[in-house]
Amino acid sequence: MQALEKLTAENLTLERGGRELFRALGFRARAGEVVSVEGPNGAGKTSLLRLLAGFLQQSSGTIALTTSDQSEISEAEERGIHVGWFGHHDGVKTQLTPYETLEFFSRFYGVAGDSAAALEDVGLARARDLPAQYLSAGQKKRVALARLKLSARPLWLLDEPLASLDAAGKALAAQFISDHCKAGGIAIAATHEPLGIECTKLVLGGEQ
Amino acid sequence: MTPFLALVARDMRLATRAGGSAMLALAFFAAMAAIVPLGVGADLRLLARIAGGVLWVAAVLAALLSLDRLFQLDFDDGSLDAIALGPLSLESVSAAKILAHWLTTGLPLTLLSPVLALLFDLPAQGYVPLVVSLAVGTPSVSAIGAIGAGLTLAVRRGGLILPLLVMPLIVPAVIFGSGAVLAAIDGLPSAAMGLLAAFSLGAVLLSPFATAAALRLNLAA
Repeated sequence: MQALEKLTAENLTLERGGRELFRALGFRARAGEVVSVEGPNGAGKTSLLRLLAGFLQQSSGTIALTTSDQSEISEAEERGIHVGWFGHHDGVKTQLTPYETLEFFSRFYGVAGDSAAALEDVGLARARDLPAQYLSAGQKKRVALARLKLSARPLWLLDEPLASLDAAGKALAAQFISDHCKAGGIAIAATHEPLGIECTKLVLGGEQ
Repeated sequence: MTPFLALVARDMRLATRAGGSAMLALAFFAAMAAIVPLGVGADLRLLARIAGGVLWVAAVLAALLSLDRLFQLDFDDGSLDAIALGPLSLESVSAAKILAHWLTTGLPLTLLSPVLALLFDLPAQGYVPLVVSLAVGTPSVSAIGAIGAGLTLAVRRGGLILPLLVMPLIVPAVIFGSGAVLAAIDGLPSAAMGLLAAFSLGAVLLSPFATAAALRLNLAA
């Protein structure tokens, strides 16, 4: 993975469906930093993550990634390959087994990861070859967590990473995020629950 | 394995798993081709003449049946987000999905068509044009259908709108495809096969770009 030095967002304004979600938002995340995005429902947390991932286009402002060799990436289309995505939907196919899902993504992302070990890390060694339709929502989230780690991307964007996970799962997710950032990654997580790790807070959606 | 082939292999695996679209399309094709002679009656001369047209229409409908799943399931369960962030451009993703769709529906339909042609007492000289026209033409159905599948992603029950959107665009393939079979039966020279190939080639070349644009719109929704 090509390490990132920082993510800089300046003066961001995002409109969705004719409504302004946020205006003149600016923040910076350095390598090793966890940013927790907070705010009430509908404040634009998920939209901010989709904007950072390059799915949405801001109406004004800039988002720039600085790589460790000081080159700057400002095009939305080029940000994608640096992003590890952990969305609200887990992206686990019900007809495939967790192992097949991870094997596909490691081939597709072109990373040399050990899918079996990744599933062991998230406590799914026994469910490895079970079609995912028999897994619970929390177990599928764990598969998504294993995929996130396997993808070896420097910028993690997480939408409610703790949702549907049990206590051990929440601790695991927090551990993954903190390990990722200790290794020099950046994590931006939209969350209602405290992550339980040291993080910078970014609060969206005051009264407008 | 390259990312492109990994995606093709995954989609083929999903289509051939239990509940996948491949068997469904094949069964629909066979059922439709079998029911037409029952409705039309036992006039063998008539059946022979409509064989190409009926099999072509049945193949198009069978392929359309499975097309609404091309992106919908991946979109709904979040896989498409993860795929869009991969190393492939959305154009390549679309091309891989079109290829996988054709390999799991268009190709099996083509291979099954001579067996179903027996039901219509198709003359011997019609078999090769039938198989060749389906082999050449069905890629255009997958390709044009993919554009529709991309456009209708955000529409609930988009499966019903998709055929309406796609069918008018596939009309040339049906005309040239069944025309080629008919011309061969009558022993007439015909440019239908060449036109079909040209149409199909154009569709396959242009569709990934249009499909990717449709996907971009929907990922931003």
